[in-house]
Amino acid sequence: MLSKQIKYLIIKELKLELRNKYALGGILLYVVSTVFISYLSFKKIVTPATWNALFWIILLFASINAIAKSFITETKGRLLYMYTMASPQAVIISKIIYNSLLLIVLSTLCLLAYTLFIGNIIQDLPLFLITLFMGSLGFSSLLTMVSAIASKAGNNFTLMAILSFPIIIPLLMVLIKLSKNAIDGLERWDLNYLAILMLLNLIIIALSYLLFRYLWRD
Amino acid sequence: MKKNWWKIIAIAFVLYTIIAGFIVPVPAQPILHETIRNLYFHVPMWFSMMTILFVSLWHSIKYLNKSNIQSDIIATQAANVGMLVGALGLVTGSVWAKYTWGAWWVADTKLNGAAITMLIYLAYFVLRGSIDEEQKRARIAAVYNIFAYVLLIVFLMILPRMSDSLHPGNGGNPGFNNYDLDSNMRMVFYPAVIGWILLTVWIFTLRVRIEKLKRKKLFND
Repeated sequence: MLSKQIKYLIIKELKLELRNKYALGGILLYVVSTVFISYLSFKKIVTPATWNALFWIILLFASINAIAKSFITETKGRLLYMYTMASPQAVIISKIIYNSLLLIVLSTLCLLAYTLFIGNIIQDLPLFLITLFMGSLGFSSLLTMVSAIASKAGNNFTLMAILSFPIIIPLLMVLIKLSKNAIDGLERWDLNYLAILMLLNLIIIALSYLLFRYLWRD
Repeated sequence: MKKNWWKIIAIAFVLYTIIAGFIVPVPAQPILHETIRNLYFHVPMWFSMMTILFVSLWHSIKYLNKSNIQSDIIATQAANVGMLVGALGLVTGSVWAKYTWGAWWVADTKLNGAAITMLIYLAYFVLRGSIDEEQKRARIAAVYNIFAYVLLIVFLMILPRMSDSLHPGNGGNPGFNNYDLDSNMRMVFYPAVIGWILLTVWIFTLRVRIEKLKRKKLFND
């Protein structure tokens, strides 16, 4: 029952996204232009720490921009309709899955643009990609929940940013640590950090699953 | 009087902390010297903050269950008082850091954790400020409070793994309990912790009462 609802809701999100492509195009262009601006200001970056930090900061802002709209674009009538048709858990899980897919596309594009302009210094690409995908999942689940909160409180972008920044720091720090390992190409994978990342993702998704039903009704 | 015995304990213990904290001899440690007395003031602030923020979390959960506006008042005021003791903890810690590490602020796991705690609860108040409707504000703030508190606790648990720290009790540095704290200091430190926590709770109960009276007046006018 739940999985069926989730499936339909994800299809709905996809259809809506494809119907007005400018939103998707806008966010992809946002990533590319941010990387280009960084390229013009930095030229080539060879210091791993700087490369890494800049990459994740660009991705963080792009993700916030991409996900901020996930509840804002829903009109009141449409939300009401959705709530009569589906359970709150289905709504939040479908949004999380859809946003993770979006962020995976976004982060892959970000990596490509970054490689093209600023240069690629990653020595352990598989680990970096795993980090990137897990990071997309974590970002999307946390930011989807925060965007649901922000959408109830006047919907402004500033609120979204100040609500999400302090609570996204744990995730971001683990991600930066893991991707730094990937860049340095350390021989042994640090399974501890991967486990922590997995645990963080699980906690965020579980909290969203439990708490969303208190948010959705007005 | 029977109900207020803990307030008397609070006054007695805090007074004892202030007097004994400056008089009772302390072990002569290198670098720390007399600043070790700050232990009686700085550390209990964080204990009080975590206690009172837990009260805030508890009442946020209670609000989501029962939708009783009283729980919301308690949760807010607890977070308020938590910010107050948190700020005092930052100030006392900053002064201590200046005299022992040589800087007001250093990039350190414990300090980052404290800063993030403050940011989360400031965001919580901004969120509250941006919603007008009372029930809705209470509900959404409660959701954010729970979400943020759980992530904060996880963060405070994983943070020490991320890097070494100057702060006692982290990254190979011994906590005070191991050998710095002699029996003299224990005699002051434990009452200090209890005293400051009780004082914080007292401030919190006063704030809750003031808030309730304000609302009563609002309804009567």
